[in-house]
This record gives sequence, C-alpha cells and structure tokens, in this order.
Amino acid sequence: MSQIHVTATINGDETEFLCDPTETLLDVLRDHLDLTGSKEGCGSGDCGACSIILDGRLVCSCLVLAAEAEGRSVETIEGMAEGDKLHPLQEKFIEHAALQCGICTPGILVAAKNLLERNPNPSEEEVRYWLAGNLCRCTGYDKIIRAVMDTAAEMRGAA
Amino acid sequence: MVAVRLWGSLAELADGQQTVEIEAANLRQLLDGLARDYPALKPQLERGVSVSIDGKIYNDTWATPIEKNSEVVLLNRLVGG
Amino acid sequence: MPKDEFQARDFKIVGTRPLRPDGIDKVTGKARYGADVTAPGMLWGAVLRSPHAHARIVSIDTSAAEAMKGVKAVITRADFTYQPDDPGLADVLDNCMAGEKARYDGHAVAAVAATSKKIAHDALDAIKVEYEVLAHVTDVDEAMKPDAPVIEAGRQQENVPAGLSENVTSRSKYGHGDPEAGFSQADLVIERSFTTAATHQGYIEPHACLATLGADGQGDLWVCTQGHYMVRNTCAGLLGLDAGMLRVTASEIGGGFGGKTHVWIEPVALMLSRKAGKPVKLVMSRDEVFRATGPTASSSIDVKIGMKKDGTITGATATYRLQAGAYPGAIAFLSAMCGFAPYDLENVRTEGFEVMTNRPKAAAYRAPGAPMAAYPVESVIDELCQKLDLDPLETRLKNAADEGTKSAYGPTYPAIGLKATLKAAQSHPHWTAPLGENQGRGVACGFWFNFGGDTCVSLMVNPDGTVSLSEGNPDIGGSRASMSMMAAEELGVPLDQVRTIIADTASLGQNEVTDGSRVTFAVGLATIKAARHAIEIMKERAAMTWGIDPEAVDWHDGAAHPAGPNAGKFPPMTIKEIAAIASNTGGPIAGHHEVNAEGAGVSFATHMVDTEVDPETGAVKVLRYTVFQDAGKAVHPDYVEGQFQGGAAQGIGWAINEEYIYGEDGRLQNPGFLDYRVPVASDLPMIEPVILEIPNPGHPYGVRGVGETSIVPPLAAIANAVSRAAGVRLTSLPMSPPRVLAALKGQ
Ligand code: FES
Ligand code: FES
Repeated sequence: MSQIHVTATINGDETEFLCDPTETLLDVLRDHLDLTGSKEGCGSGDCGACSIILDGRLVCSCLVLAAEAEGRSVETIEGMAEGDKLHPLQEKFIEHAALQCGICTPGILVAAKNLLERNPNPSEEEVRYWLAGNLCRCTGYDKIIRAVMDTAAEMRGAA
Repeated sequence: MVAVRLWGSLAELADGQQTVEIEAANLRQLLDGLARDYPALKPQLERGVSVSIDGKIYNDTWATPIEKNSEVVLLNRLVGG
Repeated sequence: MPKDEFQARDFKIVGTRPLRPDGIDKVTGKARYGADVTAPGMLWGAVLRSPHAHARIVSIDTSAAEAMKGVKAVITRADFTYQPDDPGLADVLDNCMAGEKARYDGHAVAAVAATSKKIAHDALDAIKVEYEVLAHVTDVDEAMKPDAPVIEAGRQQENVPAGLSENVTSRSKYGHGDPEAGFSQADLVIERSFTTAATHQGYIEPHACLATLGADGQGDLWVCTQGHYMVRNTCAGLLGLDAGMLRVTASEIGGGFGGKTHVWIEPVALMLSRKAGKPVKLVMSRDEVFRATGPTASSSIDVKIGMKKDGTITGATATYRLQAGAYPGAIAFLSAMCGFAPYDLENVRTEGFEVMTNRPKAAAYRAPGAPMAAYPVESVIDELCQKLDLDPLETRLKNAADEGTKSAYGPTYPAIGLKATLKAAQSHPHWTAPLGENQGRGVACGFWFNFGGDTCVSLMVNPDGTVSLSEGNPDIGGSRASMSMMAAEELGVPLDQVRTIIADTASLGQNEVTDGSRVTFAVGLATIKAARHAIEIMKERAAMTWGIDPEAVDWHDGAAHPAGPNAGKFPPMTIKEIAAIASNTGGPIAGHHEVNAEGAGVSFATHMVDTEVDPETGAVKVLRYTVFQDAGKAVHPDYVEGQFQGGAAQGIGWAINEEYIYGEDGRLQNPGFLDYRVPVASDLPMIEPVILEIPNPGHPYGVRGVGETSIVPPLAAIANAVSRAAGVRLTSLPMSPPRVLAALKGQ
C-alpha cells in the first residue's frame, strides 16, 4: 500500500511526513515524529491521554487519521511551553501536585489550555465537565481541578 | 520454649492445637523447629509464612531474635499491591 | 535505643511541600514511559489471544504468518523450551503464553515480531489455531460446586475440606474466642450475604516494554513496572537466563496500583527478540489490558455480627470466597485477616477460600483483599447501628482496636491510629452538616498492613558536594521527591542539592517491588541510613584533616563540627569543603545501605461520604467525601493527600460503576473505558484529606505506608450512605443504577 505525503504545521513548525492511510495522527506523532508526549491510553477516544489541538479544536488524536492533518495546524503538549518558560497551567500543576504518575498530564494540560482560551472564568462544574473526557486514575481529580481554577484566576489577574 | 500461635487452618493441621511450643531463640530456629516438630505444617511453611513478633511483622530475617516471653503469631505470607 | 526506632524531632524539610523534582519533565511531555522509546532496527510485537473462555489448543499453524513479508519471528509456547521447576513460575509462564489450554478469553496463544505494527497485526490474522472448546465457569460460587468444570486438577492445598470442587485451591481460617457463644449474648444478630464485582486497577498506561536478547544470553529490557528487579528475576527464571546477564531499566510508570507487580508480556518480548535477533517493542492495547491483566478478585461473602444494645460487638464471623482467575493464588487469606482488624473482639472467626475460574489471573490491587473484606463487615455494623438506634462513629469507637488489642488476625497491636481517625471524624464539620432529601451519610473504617522488604540504596557525595541518590523502586506517586527530602534532612543540606534517580538492575542490589505501600517506609529507612553512613565517612575525613579523633566530631547543618572538651577549636567543615578534598583524604565519599526492612507499621482510616440517590433512575451521586487517615509521618503532605484522594476515587468507582461483565459464552463484554466506567472528573466532588500523624515506632521519622489503606473503606462508606439514602440495604457491588432501582422497587 502506498504511503501518503502530508504537510502540516506542528507546534508552529511546518512538518512533512509519510503515513499509511490507516495510521492515526497519534501513531504518526509518536512513532514517526518522536513527539511521545501525547499518550495512548485506549486508542478509542475514551481516555483523553492523546488530546491535541487541531485547528483550535480539542480532539483525541487517536481518532484522527494522520492524512486528515494535511494543511492543518496541530498543537501538542510539546508546544505548550515557550522555550524554558512553562505555561501557567504547567507551573500550577507542579505547584498543586496535580499529577502523580503523570501519564494523563499532557492530555489534561492540552484540554485545560483549550478550556481557558474559550472560557477564562470557568466554574468548578464547568472545569469538571470539560475534563470529563480525560481520565486520571491516580489523583481523584481534586488537585487537578484546583490547579486549573487557580491558573484561570491568576491569568485573569495578569490580563 | 516460645509459644507460637497458629492461624485456624494451620491449627487444624497441628491436631487442633492453637498454640505450640518451640525451642527457638530466633526466627530461623523457630521455622526449622516448626517443620521438625509438626511435619504437617511443612507444605505451608514452604509456601511461605509471615511471623508477627511482639506486634511487628517479619518475613525473612533469620537472625530476628525471639525472647522467651515474646508474643509470636504465625500468619499467611503477606503480599501487597 | 536502636537507631531505626522512632525519635521525636523537629524537621526542617520533612513535612514541607516542595515542588517535585520530576515535575517539569512530566508537564512538558518529556518524561519517557514504557511505550516512549525506540531502538535502532526495532521490530513491533503483537500477541494473538484466545477468543474462548476455556479451550484445548489442538494445533497452531504459523506457516502463513511466517511467510509474510516483514515478519521476523513468530512464537508459540513451543518456543519456550526451558521448563521452570517452581510451580509459581510455571504458572506465570503459562499465563504469558498458553500451553495445553487457553484458560480465559484473552489468554495469549502466539506472538509475532514484524517491521511495522500493521504487518504484525496482519500476521496475527494469518495464524491458524484449532481449538477444542471446553465447558467454562466464571462465577465464584458456581466454580466451587463439585460438578463445576475444573480449570486445573491437582492444585488443591492440604487445608481445603473435602466435598468442594478442585477449583478451590486453598482455605485459611483466622480468629479467636467462640463466636457462637458471643451471638447468644447479643441483643441483635444480623447475618447477610454480599457480592463484589471484579474491578481493574485501570492504570492509564498500558503495559509496554522494549526487549533485546542476544543468542549469548545477554539482554536489556526497558519496561513500565512496579518492580524491575522482580521483572528481571522472573524473566530470567522463565527463559533460563542468568539474572546478572539481563539488565532491566524501569521507565517512568503511568500508574500501577498493584497491576504492575506482575509479569505479563516481558518474557514474550524477550523471546521474540531472541528469535528475530533484533530489539522488539511490545505494547498492549486497552482491550488486552482488560482481558489479560489485572483485575482484582470478585467475591461472594457471608457476614454475621452480634451486638448488644449499648453497641458492644459480642461475636463476629465472615466467610470470604474469592475468585482467583485461571491460576491458584488469590488473596482470600488477606480478606480473612483484614475484615475485622479495626475492632477489639472477644469472639471472631473468619474463613477465606480461593477459587480458580476461567478469568484472567487475579492480580494485586491496592491493599489486595482488604476492600472486599471491609465492605460486608462495615455494612453489617452500620445496619446494626440503624436497627439499635446507635451512632455509627460512637459505636465504632466503642469497639475500636487500640494499643494492646489482640487483633482479629492474631498479633497484639503496638501504637495505632484508628481511634484518632474516628475522633477526628466526630469533630469534623462534615459529620454534623445537614442532609437533604434522598441523601444519606455513610462512614466506614479500613485497615491495611503496609510492607518493608529488600531494599538497597546508594548515596554519592559528588566532588562539588552535591548529592546523588540511587534507589531501585519505580516512582509512582512522587517518591523521588520524598527520598530527596529525607536525604537532605539527614545530611542537613538544602533540598536542591540532592537528586534522586531510579537505578537499573545492574546498578544496585535486589529491591522488592513498589508495593504494599513500602517505599516511603523501607526505601526511606535505607535512605536515612545511607545518609548516616556518608556522614560517618565525612566525620572521619574532617577528623583526619583536623588531626583529632572521629568521635570528637559532630555533624549538623550540613557540616562537621569539632565537639567535646578535647576536640580543639576548628571552624566547621561543610559538605562542600569535605567533598572538595575527598581525593586527598581517602577517595570518593559514598554511603549505602542494604536491608530487608521488616516491622512496617499497620495503618487505619475512617472515611465519611454523603450521597444522593435519584429515585427515578437509581443513579448515585457522591456529594461530599472526607478521608481521615493515619500517615505515621507525612513526609510530603501533598503526595500523602494525593494517595488518600486517589484511593478514595478508585473505591468510589468500585462501589458505584466498575465491574467486569462476562457473557454466557465466558467472554468479557466490556473490555474498554467506554463500558468499563472509571470515575471521571464530573462524577466526583473534592475529596478532603485529613492527615493524622501517629508515629510508627519502627521508623526513625515515624513513617507508615499511606498508599493502600485509602481504598479499603470507600466501598462500605458509600454502601452505607446509599443504603441510608435509599432506605434499603444494598448488598451487591457495584451499586449501578439498575441495581439501586431494583432495590428501591423491591422495598
Ligand atoms: S488514546 Fe486517544 S482517547 Fe485514549
Ligand atoms: S496522574 Fe496518573 S493517571 Fe493522572
């Protein structure tokens, strides 16, 4: 089966890759581009560990075919910090101990960033429902929710 | 002699004795003595046991001292998650 | 007093909440987990699994798969020519790759290594397996009946009474006194039967490894596991390798909760690599994780408790029947030990049966055996309190075990913290907060042992005076931070001068797996002692420099100080100054400690929860949750709280949603996160952690394990809350909407 040539903007850089027609965007990110920050927890859209932003929309990269990324913009966890400057969410996650094993963390950070871009002042309930597609088995979510709420407050204060 | 308490199903194998007396000054002597005096306990001893000595649980350390008046209780070998 | 006994002291670093050292890697996606590495020339592995619950494997034809382009190795059980003599190891091998029979839906029967994932999976389709389907049994009570299909004959221990199926592999009994006499003194005796479903640990990271094994028997394995020493020893034992020739490196681990204390795919990956002559990466899918790893045991339980009007428990019995899956070795004895452990009872007897079924081999799951042990006991106590009009906390306090109590499993307790958790619960505002319509409040207690075990730690003082600490236990919940804190505390240096890493199996001696809540206790103990060892060396070096006796040197605040009348007046030498001249005073400075850390302290918790039951749908909503637990000493309170909250959340899932569902055909019907529903953010409230610190007398800082006890009380606490809200006693987990609705209708 012949491979498809794809050009996409990944974390701001124009990137070309070849992929099999059946390969998912998650496969390509992880196996071809060595962007292993996006994780595969299920491969079926149920855990959110593979969350990325595709043209400004939060999606599960395990449910997107790699070929669909042609001409589009992809943001992953690797693009969240600017150089060595962490995004406020990343800082707050460390400060609030909002991760234990950390396998869910990239997906949750990507999802939370997308939330705060849409809604800078979410209620606790809004945060919980927005993150309902991102499973965390370690924390019971408590410290994650606090970290997101605290980041939102701080970013509002700074804005 | 040290008095060693056995758990229920082990006691059944030791002719119903809930407590047996063993001449032992440390954990190794205790386990060896049990196997010698109560051969019916051997299969379980080989599968492994934990031993509570005065409220602390030991699994392996042969040299763990046991006093004459220590409280010694045999337990199934503990495992965790 | 021996040095590892607890000594009260003021801490500078222990008990504070510094940022974790591995945080940046984990929030930027840099941290490397099991599936995140590659090797030059690497192949992809894939495993073919049985679609049958129980079937004889008549033949396997791999020729078509082998002939495919890009396929570099195909293996079946026939390739595992080494026969381990230990029956436990033989079971592990058979579970990793089926021999004569497939024993459960999902049992591995063959595996492939190929140049791409896709080719590997296509090759699986080309393997032809002929099965002779056998009768199966997946239910624990059915499997105990004398006419049940037998999974494997000849595995019964000598302690099993006659008349039961050979599937019953062991029985254990605990207790003391005369429960029957106790019941006759009671004002009310309640006897009930309960069931709990099998649940999966549900770690978000599937099992993954990258294996390289040469024909010379030398190998390297990168793997996500709770214990890379265990993986090394097991794989070496299964494949007939020398342990020293196999180096295992632990990746970052994406959750384990006991499920990664076992070996599942690693021997298969090593065998594929040996046959193909190339590195092989093997990663499980979520479907495989559910069908072939974990889960915990399902159970069927009878409990009988007698109580006086004043709340005194006069007699208690429990029978636990635990479903072990396809091989012997569940944890029913732990249930039998833990169920009544929180109480001071004169008459108590418990019995535990372990039963084989056609399900995946049950694995450890956070405080294995204890949650399903506490659930029925705490439920019946709650019902007695309701019927005798007693306060459930006061009644538990009245019967609570304390220092000097002879526990239900035998030993007499040293200082323990159960009463402290109950009193903290009584005085917490949660206890007296008002409840609305259809709402109920439940409380329950829980107990867990905690563990020690083999531990080996090295602490290097580098030439610039910074400190490198090597430990051998994968860090699941922030333990590198805790170890750095304990080392810095002991050495008297700032925390940022210490970096802790997890060493591979070639760099340290044997370490027990990260389980049984052992790490902060045992590795912490070894870390403290390794630091003390380094301090002794540094004192000698300072003494040599000053020309005085080492006994005349004191260590505090990160420096050697002359002490005593004859020591002389020298300015203190800091760790940096001593390190700088190490070459002149005898060479590198390193402390180490090797120990089998025994004598871990037991731990107790009390949980309190408010739930609301929707009378229309039967749905249960958790409104408020508070955890009261004794941590001994909380080294890093953030991560202690995290353990309390995470355990409670898993317990909530077990109580309300999670369940392995088997069809008539013996196949697992819900092997995915869509149908096996773990709690999501919108299901839960904040979980308030209340840390109590009753020092463990067997640890220099008073540390007890904290990781497991938190999953013990939630099943019962929620069942009690739901039963009070619904006005009817629920006796079957999970309390999913249809079950709750049926209970409401049957009222
Ligand atoms: S891996 Fe994409 S949602 Fe789970
Ligand atoms: S921190 Fe482990 S899954 Fe979220």
